[in-house]
Amino acid sequence: MVERISFMLSFSFMQRALIVGLVVSVCASLLGVSLVLKRYAMIGTGLSHVGYAALVGATALGFAPLAVSMPVVVGAAFLLLRLNENSKIKGDSAIALISASSFAVGVIIVSQTTGLNTHVCNAMFGSILAMTRMDLMLSVGLSIAVIVMFVLFYKQIFAVTYDETFALATGTRANAYKSLIAFLTAVTVVLGMRMMGALLIASLIIFPAITAMRLCKSFLSVVIVSVIVAVFCFFVGMMISFELDWPTGASVVSVNLVLFIIFSAAQFIKNRVGVA
Amino acid sequence: MALITCRDAAFAYDGHTVVDGINFEVNTGDYLCIVGENGSGKSTLMKGLLGLMKPKIGSIQTGDSLKPNEIGYLPQQTSAQKDFPASCYEVVLSGRLNSRGIIPFYSRNDRQIAIANMERLGVLTLKRKSFRELSGGQQQRVLLARALCATSKMLLLDEPVSGLDPLATMDLYATIKSLSEDTGITIIMISHDIQAAVSYSSHILHLQNRQIFFGPTSDYAESNAGKRFLSGEQHPKRCCTCTGV
Repeated sequence: MVERISFMLSFSFMQRALIVGLVVSVCASLLGVSLVLKRYAMIGTGLSHVGYAALVGATALGFAPLAVSMPVVVGAAFLLLRLNENSKIKGDSAIALISASSFAVGVIIVSQTTGLNTHVCNAMFGSILAMTRMDLMLSVGLSIAVIVMFVLFYKQIFAVTYDETFALATGTRANAYKSLIAFLTAVTVVLGMRMMGALLIASLIIFPAITAMRLCKSFLSVVIVSVIVAVFCFFVGMMISFELDWPTGASVVSVNLVLFIIFSAAQFIKNRVGVA
Repeated sequence: MALITCRDAAFAYDGHTVVDGINFEVNTGDYLCIVGENGSGKSTLMKGLLGLMKPKIGSIQTGDSLKPNEIGYLPQQTSAQKDFPASCYEVVLSGRLNSRGIIPFYSRNDRQIAIANMERLGVLTLKRKSFRELSGGQQQRVLLARALCATSKMLLLDEPVSGLDPLATMDLYATIKSLSEDTGITIIMISHDIQAAVSYSSHILHLQNRQIFFGPTSDYAESNAGKRFLSGEQHPKRCCTCTGV
């Protein structure tokens, strides 16, 4: 086991992929707790589809993928947040509209330019080979920023997530913190997308929080457990992907699913024992 | 000067006036009940009092050194809170946020205040319990403790007994009354339970898309609006959740 891990880590592209994946998982799981509880979980999906369109668009036009997709996805994040609050089209439908439309744009761009080549496949399903030194530095920088913000603004994030009206009424600038969460989510999605794939990145946001919520009773424990779950699932998923030559993103999601089922079963048993 | 003075205030959504002609003041130690039927503008007025909505015309002023963020608030619960994983202590402590502001973490003082308020409302034993596992009455007490953490001057309660069984309802009313008597805290409560409003409050504000009565509760029974309502004619909808039927 240890031997296999050190063999895996002897490849520099694997080291990069592992570091980027782990830090993105940590960020996604932290933000995910708030997004899931505020019923904004679909934002991750919406943003990744917007990111996909931006990515293939940038590639087709010969621009740097990150430089284009980052501002586009951040813009979409604020738009989605706005739509969620004061629009005639309700939140989930608005997200579905935006994600389907941007995906369609992406597909059209692809069909008219490169055709369905490896780049496009990578954008949809992810590839660990896509991680560059630039990604590595960006991801580490981002994750430090997310963790620091989460710790510094922990009590505001709790208050706004738990009861926005109360937070507003007692003088907390709830919108500022929601925008902060949306911004960090957008950056996380863009960074994680190329490894996990546009279709799967949202799972990094949703799964750990949902899994942790099966068994945890307090907000703090949900936060801590979801980070542990995210790191564990990514690492195990990565190893499976390396050993069996499975796609990385799909492997990570599968491990997440298995863990979710285990936690749900544990919750079920706990409740039964509690009743008896 | 009064804690809150409302002068000829009117509120509107999208230019459509919901309630207007509101004139009242609230002084320290008052227990004001805002009554009226569903859609009569109670909740809209409450948003105005909380500073979440600006009056279209007229004004709402706070005085006596009451800052807008010094109002403790007991909102109606949202569906998202029903399965929210949070311990009671976390919920109560979050009430201290407004006095802490941007400084990270809560101080020892904040924690002591949270504990003291949980003890005052008899929910200290539930400290480590998950909020979603509590009964309706316990949840309201925990949220009341949170509201007390946010203020020592004024509480705004939005239909605090909706969804509670008759026993828990009586219990909560008694608790609110004793808070008002023991601590002198000012209370504004929205209610459509007119009987309870008359038996507990010191002042009544009756809305029907405009103000149809404001004054001491003792005068309310003698007023036209009060007579009509209390006799049961045109009774505000008393839903089964608050009458316990």
